[in-house]
Order: sequence, then structure tokens, then C-alpha cells
Amino acid sequence: MGHIIVNSISKEYRNRRRQSRKNGCIESHFQDPIPVLDNIDLEFDEGEMVCILGPSGCGKSTMLRIIAGFEPATTGNVIIDGKQIEKPSSNHIFVFQNNGLLPWMTVWENIELSLRHLSETRDRAKKVAEHIEIVELEGFEHHYPHQLSGGMRRRTELARALAVNPNVMIMDEPFSGLDFMTHMKMREEVVNMHKFTGKTTLIVTHDIDDALIMGDRIVVMDGRPARIKLNHRLDFPRPRDFQKIPELNKLRQQIFLMEGVSYAV
Amino acid sequence: MCHMNSENPKIQNWGERYPIILTGFAFAMLLLIWDLLARFSGWSNQVFPGPIPVFISIGELIGNGMLLKHTIASLFRITIGFYLAVLLGLPLGILLGRNKICNAMFNPIIQFLKPISPIAWIPLAMLWFGIGDMPAIFLIFLSSFFPLVVSTTITVSSINPVYFQVAANFNFTRMEAITKIIIPAITPSTITALRLSLAIAWLVVVAAEMIAVRSGLGYLILDSRNALRMDYVMAGMIVIGVIGLLLDFIMRRMGQLESTSWQHSEIR
Repeated sequence: MGHIIVNSISKEYRNRRRQSRKNGCIESHFQDPIPVLDNIDLEFDEGEMVCILGPSGCGKSTMLRIIAGFEPATTGNVIIDGKQIEKPSSNHIFVFQNNGLLPWMTVWENIELSLRHLSETRDRAKKVAEHIEIVELEGFEHHYPHQLSGGMRRRTELARALAVNPNVMIMDEPFSGLDFMTHMKMREEVVNMHKFTGKTTLIVTHDIDDALIMGDRIVVMDGRPARIKLNHRLDFPRPRDFQKIPELNKLRQQIFLMEGVSYAV
Repeated sequence: MCHMNSENPKIQNWGERYPIILTGFAFAMLLLIWDLLARFSGWSNQVFPGPIPVFISIGELIGNGMLLKHTIASLFRITIGFYLAVLLGLPLGILLGRNKICNAMFNPIIQFLKPISPIAWIPLAMLWFGIGDMPAIFLIFLSSFFPLVVSTTITVSSINPVYFQVAANFNFTRMEAITKIIIPAITPSTITALRLSLAIAWLVVVAAEMIAVRSGLGYLILDSRNALRMDYVMAGMIVIGVIGLLLDFIMRRMGQLESTSWQHSEIR
């Protein structure tokens, strides 16, 4: 489960109608539509960890939101496990870049949200406790999100996403805004989670090292509208040190050059 | 901690430790000034009674049960009118905040009706509902309904859209989205809105009772004026002020409930 086909997706945004005054008459007109994604074709295998790279504002997140069903594509479609995506569903959970935890609910209540289908309170409690243990948040069950550190909030959201047992995890910049050490720890956590559950995982990031360390597949997007610049399968075991693997080092240089950076260390 | 304010430690401590004593002192000053004004203004005691005759009159009104009767009458009307406004206004506000079509249709109407003072409705209210509780309740309803709808609409439409995406992602039903997202998200600011509109309703109840009914604190004031008992007028005013304070106190307490702690503890 978790096989994804992205079928020649394009996306245009239309700005709101603008009014202008010409010779005393009010004239309203549409602005030209702004193309964001141009004919994107991708296919992800079951259980693949895919890292999608690209500069900020290039449309990575938009593509992710289309895959999750939050926005329709202008043309093209997304098919997950043979079914065309039309709306969000708990089969493919989106982990938000800024906090997607509900601030009026404790860690426990937030995780319990994804277990509403279990009618037995005891089953639910067991599952919640289990997932709190997975992300090592014992003792913080009854804290509200604002009482947690950034890393703990991300872990809670990860636990909430895992608890619903989706086929696909979609993560939008899961490490942005974390301090360096927390970033490293979260990365390990996501890698462990993937090893443990084998779920298809899509991660948008702007950190090349993240992608080289974690990805089974690396996709580079760029341009306005965004196109796929590189789509590469990385068949190296994890944990991996990309600096010791010449192929990955070469790939890294190549990506830096593509982005116009000539002296990457 | 307080010792560090070395400049004037005593006054600092007073302000921090005994705010009630300071408040009491200010009220005592107010009474003193009132008493002096009444004595030396040159007006007779019938026109401008001082605090002592007024408090004696309050005692009289309590003694003969008039004060209790009128207070209950006023509180009864404000309770019914305010509850009606809350029961109809909050759901309508949620609908207008979430549904763009409804918003485009009804929001302009509400914005148009809102600035019309409830007092301006009095002639119509009396014609439609006659004399009695109904017109007063209707006016109180009007006074708090529109502000509640408007503020709820604004609060609901400013809820972070990410929360609704989370709701869609976890397959929330419409009902769950209301109970788990909308209601908790708007609770803190709704309590403030309730507090403000209850204050307006309390202003209006007195005005409404001066015209359409034969009981309530507004009627007590009007009736006492007709009997040229300015001490009773002032007694009525004082009771109105005290009850207004109490209502506000209750609403403020509600704002500190557990259900809003997720927001307030951030400041704490």
C-alpha cells in the first residue's frame, strides 16, 4: 500500500479580480493566471522515502498539498493505490510545516483525534499510550502544545499521524525552525519511523543533506513554473554517511551546480 | 522582589498587596466629595440628596421589599433577552463565519441593522408586543444580538485554516468540526464578546423599563422621579451600578475557566 502516481499535474493560481479606473470608467479584469507547476510526472513505489528538494516558493508545497487532496490540480491527477485523489483522507496524512496540533487539546487529546474510529475507550487509551511511547513523550501527556518545545510538538504531530495508520505520510518541511541538534534528532526519528513502519513517506525539504541521508529517492524541482529537474533513486542502506559514498558526493555537487552554487563544501 | 523597588518601597508594596484597600479608599473619597457637594451646592436635599439620605432610602427599599422585586424583574428580563440573543446569535455567527454565500447575503443586513439603537425600536416594540415583559425582552435581545453575531462572525472567519485542513485530513464530520475546532477556538474571544454585550444589555434594560413596563429598576427610577423622590432615583442608580459590576465579575470569572486555559496560560 502507498503506491503513488502523479499524472502530468499543472497548477495555476488566479489572482483576485482587480479594478482599475480608466477615463473615469471602472474597468474590472482578471490578472493573468500565475503558473506554479508545469506538467509534473512522478511515480513513487510502496514504502519509498522520497525527499523533494527545491528553493523556497518553487511549488514543492503546492504539489504536496495537491497529493494530499487539499487543493485540486488545474490539470492532471494524482492516483494513490489505484484511486484518484479528490479530497483529504486519513489514508494519506499531512504533517504540517507550522503547527498542525490543535492548541486547545493536550498531547493526549491530539493523538486521540486519529483514533476516533475505535469505540472502546480502553483500546483508544492503549493506542495513545503506545504512540506517546514511540515518540518518547511520556510525562507530557497532559501538556498543551504551547507548553512543549518545538521538537516535542513535531514529535506529537508525528505520533498523531502514525496513530491513524495511514498508507502515506506527507511531511512539509518537518525540520524547519528547529535548532541544529533537534533537527538531527528529528531526522533520526523520521528515519526510524520509516524503518519501523515501512510507510511511503514524502518529505519536502530545502536541506540537501537531509535528502541525501534519508531519501530512497531524491526529486529536485525548480523554476517558475516548477518542473522536475532531477529524479534519482538512491539505493544505499541507512544509516548512511553521504560523505563516504562518492556517488552521493557527486550528486550533491551536481545539485549545487544546478542551483547555481559553484563552491559548495 | 518588592524590596528592589528601593525608591518608594512602601507605596509600591501598598499598590501590589492591598489593591482592595486602595479601591476602598477611592470610593470613600467619592462619597466624601458627593457629601460635600450635596451640602454646599446650594440645592435642597430634595433636589440633590447626599450619600447619607440615599443610603437610608436604600435601607427603606430593601426593608419594604421593593428593591428585591424590581431587581428580580430586571434580572429576569435581561436573562431571557440575553439568552435568546446568545442562542440565536452564536450559531448565526458561526454560519456567517464559515459559509461565504450566507455571509454575502446576510452580513450587509446585519451591518445595516446593528447601528440602529435599540431605543429607536421602542415605539414599534410597544405597538407589536404591548405593555409588559415582551417589549423589554425584545429590546434587550436586539441590543446584544447584533454585536454577538458580528463578533462571532469575525472570530470564526479568523480561525487558522490549518485546523480545518487537519479536520479534513482526519475525516472529521461537520459536527465534529464544530465541536472540536470551531467552539474551542472561539471560546476565549466569545467570552469577551459576551461580557461586552451583556454590559450593553444592562444599559438597555434600564432604558426599556422606563417606557414599556411597570416594574424593574428602570421603572423604579422613573416612578421615583414622578414622585419627586430623588433619593430613590439615586438609590436605583447605585443598585444598577452594583449589579452591573457583579455581572461583569461573573463574566470575567468565566474567562478564567479551564476551557480557555490553553490560551491564557501562554501569558501567565
